[in-house]
Amino acid sequence: MADRSSPVYESGEADRLPVHDHEVYNAIARESDFVELRRRYLNFAFPATIAFMAWYILYIVCNNWARNFMDIQVYGHINIAMVWGLLQFVSTFTIAYFYARHARRSLDPLATKLRDEFDQETNR
Amino acid sequence: MSTAMLIPLATGSRGLTIGLFLAVVAITLYITFWASRHSKTAADYYAGGRSFSGFQNGLAVSGDYMSAASFLGISGAIALYGYDGFLYSIGFLVAWLVALLLIAELLRNSGRYTMADQLAYRMRQIPVRSAAATSTIVVSIFYLLAQMVGAGALVGLLLGVTSPALKNIVIVLVGVLMIIYVTFGGMKGTTWVQIVKAVMLMVGTVLITFLVLVQFGFNFNELLGVAAEKSGKGEAFLQPGQLYGKDLVGKFDFLSLGLALVLGTAGLPHILIRFYTTPTALAARKSVLWAIGLIGSFYLMTLVLGFGAAALVPTGDGSQIKTSAGNAASPLLAQAVGGGEGTLGGSILLAVISAVAFATILAVVAGLTLTSASSVAHDLYANVIKKGQASEKSELVVVRIAAFGIGAVAILLAIPAQRLNIAFLVALAFAVAASANLPALLYNLFWKRFNTMGAVFSIYGGLIMSVLLVTFSPVVSGTPTSLFPGADFDWFPLRNPGLISIPFGFLCGFVGTLISKETHSAERYDELSVRSLTGAGAEKAVVH
Repeated sequence: MADRSSPVYESGEADRLPVHDHEVYNAIARESDFVELRRRYLNFAFPATIAFMAWYILYIVCNNWARNFMDIQVYGHINIAMVWGLLQFVSTFTIAYFYARHARRSLDPLATKLRDEFDQETNR
Repeated sequence: MSTAMLIPLATGSRGLTIGLFLAVVAITLYITFWASRHSKTAADYYAGGRSFSGFQNGLAVSGDYMSAASFLGISGAIALYGYDGFLYSIGFLVAWLVALLLIAELLRNSGRYTMADQLAYRMRQIPVRSAAATSTIVVSIFYLLAQMVGAGALVGLLLGVTSPALKNIVIVLVGVLMIIYVTFGGMKGTTWVQIVKAVMLMVGTVLITFLVLVQFGFNFNELLGVAAEKSGKGEAFLQPGQLYGKDLVGKFDFLSLGLALVLGTAGLPHILIRFYTTPTALAARKSVLWAIGLIGSFYLMTLVLGFGAAALVPTGDGSQIKTSAGNAASPLLAQAVGGGEGTLGGSILLAVISAVAFATILAVVAGLTLTSASSVAHDLYANVIKKGQASEKSELVVVRIAAFGIGAVAILLAIPAQRLNIAFLVALAFAVAASANLPALLYNLFWKRFNTMGAVFSIYGGLIMSVLLVTFSPVVSGTPTSLFPGADFDWFPLRNPGLISIPFGFLCGFVGTLISKETHSAERYDELSVRSLTGAGAEKAVVH
């Protein structure tokens, strides 16, 4: 195991840690709480990313190839293109709000518990 | 933004403008010297001691991100091209969801000072750090050149200076200021400069937006109507198609640009290292939430500024807005809503908005110089050349020398680069960030099998492909507006390479990973995963 004082500083940053730390990390990775944390995180982050990317690309595509639709006036001078552009702001704010709420309620308690466990095991 | 700004603004408020510029310089220098007295360790210099709150860092992130291209360029593009000018800001904002959902917190937990720290966590140091440092420096230099060329043109415009020699002097002065900020203030000083700038920018923008809306009785529909009428283009001014997608190539070009904008932000090294300045991943998350709120509100206000300028200030051929390629729109609008040219209110607002633009440039160039210098010192010097054996003290000497060197190189490149189109330089920086950095970061965080060869392939593959495609695009040759209008080697039709280079970067990372036999990086994946998701063992804030 190479560390900072070793002349062979070749492999990862992770290798500078004491051996015991690796064991603690790997033990936490197998815990059901961690598996659950990772599942909850990915189950929000990935679908949300696919959703907002699809919503954004569809908007770009319609700006290019659906101009008659985009030009339809909704109220006075405000057309669908403008409304959809403003809805991109609304969707961004909304996804950010729901991610923050999800993280606070479902992710942070598990992460804090596992972090405390790591600190105890490694005496930090 | 373009550099073709020939007609200076009214010179009536020049004394006031210069006074405010000097005040900005004095305040930022004071911050720098204050910060230099409070920076002792490497974590202080590189990461501001990791002691900034979510709100403070949110302001600083906004200050780092909203460049003069955003402030003057987008409102100007709306003033000239109506609805299409608004599209840049949508990509710039939506991009923050990538940073929020996939990058910010995980990076804060698993990295240290630079983007390469995160990528090299479970990889072989030398190849990965060399690759990451190369792309960090390339992206930052493209972005830095754009800002400095803009600075020369803008300060010339705002102070009413047309002589090329004086513009060069302005570029040198901006360069010297940024070297001073970074050399003495480090991340602490740079962060406070960005915070002050963000506050100035928001206050200035809210003020002008309010004054515009008052004129239209807070009726956005009426504002749009007057803008469309005054533009001479009627309803077409409010519809897609004034700037982008005029033919099939143009449509794909716009799609390519849209992808680069939305995927580039979360791969910009100067944005990524800002997440290291918070004490915890929670604070990093809060800073992105603040940034989304601030940047989103700012772009909504630029909509009012842009259409306001179209409605209230002449934008036809020969007008100041037209000849400045839109960059004069916000300052001229400020003058108009303050009472018009020659009035006290108009002069004061023009000077204030000019000073805001100046502060904007200074804050962004400082962040970019710091990012490049950090990567030279921490990645190339300490970990590649000294193989991790460099002392903290020597690293802190090297980072200052590097800041000086990069500042000097930027000054020397910016002077001849003044004939380059600024929007092109910014778009290229985003394309490289999306094609080279983002694939490596995402694979490293979410793909266990990913390894050293994959990281090196994706970074160099995305970087080389973006630069090659731009070299053989109409930006460089084949059209009257090209860099070399006489030459003709533009076999790649799109001006923005993202549509090809981003998938290519992901593909390179995938192929590189599969052909490598390395198993070490996969064995360390669980560790990276636990650390990035829980913050166990993450770098802690400096306690003084």
